[in-house]
Amino acid sequence: MDRQLILHKPFTELLAEMPFAGDFFESQGLQIPTVSVKDFIDNLTDTQLEDMGIEPAEFLNNFFTFLEAVGSMTERTSVISSLTITGGINKKGEDEDFELEIKAGEIICIVGPTGSGKSRLLADIEWMAMGDTPTKRRIKINGADPDKSWRFSPEHKPVAQLSQNMNFVMDLTAREFVKIHAESRFVQNPDEKVEIIIEKANELAGEKFDGDTPVTSLSGGQSRALMIADTAFLSKSPIVLIDEIENAGIDRKKALDLLVGEEKIVLMSTHDPILALMGDKRLVIKNGGVAKIIETSAKERQNLEQLQELDKKLLELRNRVRTGDILEEI
Amino acid sequence: MRFVTVSGPPSSGKTAVILKTVESLRQRGLKAGVVKFDCLYTDDDKLYEQKGIPVKKGLSGALCPDHYFVSNVSESFEWGKKQGVDILISESAGLCNRCSPHIKEILAVCVIDNLSGINTPKKIGPMLKSADVVVITKGDIVSQAEREVFASRVATVNPTASIMHVNGITGQGAFELSTLFGDEKTETDTLDGKSLRFSMPSALCSYCLGEKRIGSKYQMGNVRKMDVDNG
Ligand SMILES: Nc1nc2c(ncn2[C@@H]2O[C@H](COP(=O)(O)OP(=O)(O)OP(=O)(O)O)[C@@H](O)[C@H]2O)c(=O)[nH]1
Ligand SMILES: Nc1ncnc2c1ncn2[C@@H]1O[C@H](COP(=O)(O)OP(=O)(O)OP(=O)(O)O)[C@@H](O)[C@H]1O
Ligand SMILES: [Mg+2]
Ligand SMILES: [Mg+2]
Ligand SMILES: [Zn+2]
Ligand SMILES: [Zn+2]
Repeated sequence: MDRQLILHKPFTELLAEMPFAGDFFESQGLQIPTVSVKDFIDNLTDTQLEDMGIEPAEFLNNFFTFLEAVGSMTERTSVISSLTITGGINKKGEDEDFELEIKAGEIICIVGPTGSGKSRLLADIEWMAMGDTPTKRRIKINGADPDKSWRFSPEHKPVAQLSQNMNFVMDLTAREFVKIHAESRFVQNPDEKVEIIIEKANELAGEKFDGDTPVTSLSGGQSRALMIADTAFLSKSPIVLIDEIENAGIDRKKALDLLVGEEKIVLMSTHDPILALMGDKRLVIKNGGVAKIIETSAKERQNLEQLQELDKKLLELRNRVRTGDILEEI
Repeated sequence: MRFVTVSGPPSSGKTAVILKTVESLRQRGLKAGVVKFDCLYTDDDKLYEQKGIPVKKGLSGALCPDHYFVSNVSESFEWGKKQGVDILISESAGLCNRCSPHIKEILAVCVIDNLSGINTPKKIGPMLKSADVVVITKGDIVSQAEREVFASRVATVNPTASIMHVNGITGQGAFELSTLFGDEKTETDTLDGKSLRFSMPSALCSYCLGEKRIGSKYQMGNVRKMDVDNG
C-alpha cells in the first residue's frame, strides 16, 4: 500500500476505491474529509487537534493500519486442511503422550467431569498454544506452527468460538444485528447473507421468528439457532469451538450439519450423549489431560439412532405438556 | 522494574482483570504491585491486599484523576521499586474521557466491557485510541456475535492495538494477557523525563498548560502529592 499516494489523493477518490475508509474517520468522531487526508490534517485548528485525542502522526499510522487490516480481511481465503494437537502435561505433571490430527469436516467431542480441563483444551486451541500455556500443549495448522500474530488480532484468527452464552444486550432487531455483524466482517453482499441466516435459523429453531424481532426478545432456542446459523454462514473461520452449548429448543443434528457442511473443523465440549456420538472421535479428559481417545464405533452409531428416537419421543411429550395434554398414554 | 498503565471506564473490570493477571504472573515467579488512582473513593486497595499484593492508593479529590496521576506517577514508581516488585501496575479509573494516563514506551492497557454499548469505543478518547493493548471483559454475558461486533468497533477506533478477551470472574484469557505484562523488553529504571502519549487539557497545574514531561521539577501550580512514604 502506497501511503504517500493515499495521503495526497482527494478523499472522494479514495472512497471510491476503499468505501470503508470513511468508517475510520467516523469512528474517531470526525467528519469525512472533503479534501485529501494530508490537507484535512493540516487544516485542523488547535482545538480540533486536541479533540482528536491522539497525535496526528499516530492518527495517520492508525489510519493506514486500519486500511491494511481491512484489505487483508477481504482478501483472505486461507485454506486450513488440518489441525494437530500435540499432548503436553496433565495437572499432576504427567505426560499426555498423544498427537491428534484433525481434518477439515471432522467433529471432535471433548468429554470429562466438571473441572477436568475441557475448556482449557479449547482455550489452548483458541490461543494457538506453542508449549507456552499451563498444559504445555502445542497446536499446528496444516502441519506447521501457526502465525503468532493471530493471537492478538481477532479478525485474522481462524477460530470462532460458540460459547455457552447466547444473550444479547444490543437494542437491535435480528435482521439489523446480523447485518451489523456481517458489515463488521466486511462480508460481500451482506443483505443476501442476512436473509439466508434468518431462514436457516428458523429451520433450526423450534418456534419460528421474524427478522424484525428485537434480538433481546428472542427465546433461548431462537437465539441459539440464530447464533449457529450466523457462525455457519458469516464466520470465515475454518475452526469452530463449541463449549457446552446448551441445546434445548434446537435441532442438534441440523445444527451440526450446518456447521460441518461448510468444511469446518469442529471441536465441541459436551455432556450430552447424542452430541458425543455425533462426533467422529471423542477425547476423554481427566485431571487436565487427555486420558483416552475413542473413535465412535459402528455399534455406537447404531445406538445413536436409538438415542435420537428417545429424544424425539421426549420432545413430543414436551410439546404435549405445553398444549395441555394428559400424559396417561405415552 | 516493568511498569504497566491500566485504565478504563468505571466498573469495566480493571481490578478483576489485574487480580487474575497478577495470579498468572505469580505462577511464573513474577511479583507484582499495584497503585490505584481514583477520585473520591475506592475499596480496590482492600481487594488487592486480600490477595497479598502490595498496594498504594491515591485519591485526587477535586482534581482530574489523570492529572493527579501524572503528578504522582514518578513517586509511585519509586515506591514500587522499594517494594521489590518485578512489575508495577497502575489502575486508574477513566472518569475523564478527555485525559489518559498512558506514557510513551510504557505498556498501555485499556479495559472496556462488552456491556457498555457499541458506541462506547468511539466516546472514550485518548485512553483507548493510544493504548497498546485493549482488554475486553464481560464476554460471558453476551453472545459470540455481539463480542465480535464490539471488538471490531474497538479495532476501528484503535487499529494498532492488540485486542484480548479476558473474563474477570473466571480469569479466562488472563494467562494470555500476563505474557504481555511480563515482557522483559519493557524494563525501565525511572519514569522521570518520559512523556505522556497525549497532552491533557486545561485545568490549573503545569500539565494543564501542556507539560508532558514527568517528574517533580516539571510540576508547577496546583499540584497535589500523595504520601508514599507513610502507611
Ligand atoms: N460477568 C462478568 N463480570 C465481570 C467481569 N469482569 C468484571 N466483572 C464484574 O464487574 C464488576 C466491576 O469490576 P471491577 O473489576 O471492580 O471494575 P473496575 O474497572 O476495577 O471498577 P472501578 O475501579 O470502580 O472503576 C465486578 O462486580 C466484577 O466482578 C467479566 O468478565 N464478566
Ligand atoms: N493440564 C493442566 N495443567 C494445569 N492446569 C490445568 C490443566 N488442565 C486444566 N487446568 C486448569 O483446571 C481448571 C479447570 O479446567 P476447565 O475450566 O477447563 O474445566 P472444564 O472441564 O471445562 O469444567 P466444566 O465442565 O466445569 O466447564 C482451570 O483453571 C484450568 O486452567
Ligand atoms: Mg468448561
Ligand atoms: Mg477497580
Ligand atoms: Zn481530565
Ligand atoms: Zn492539571
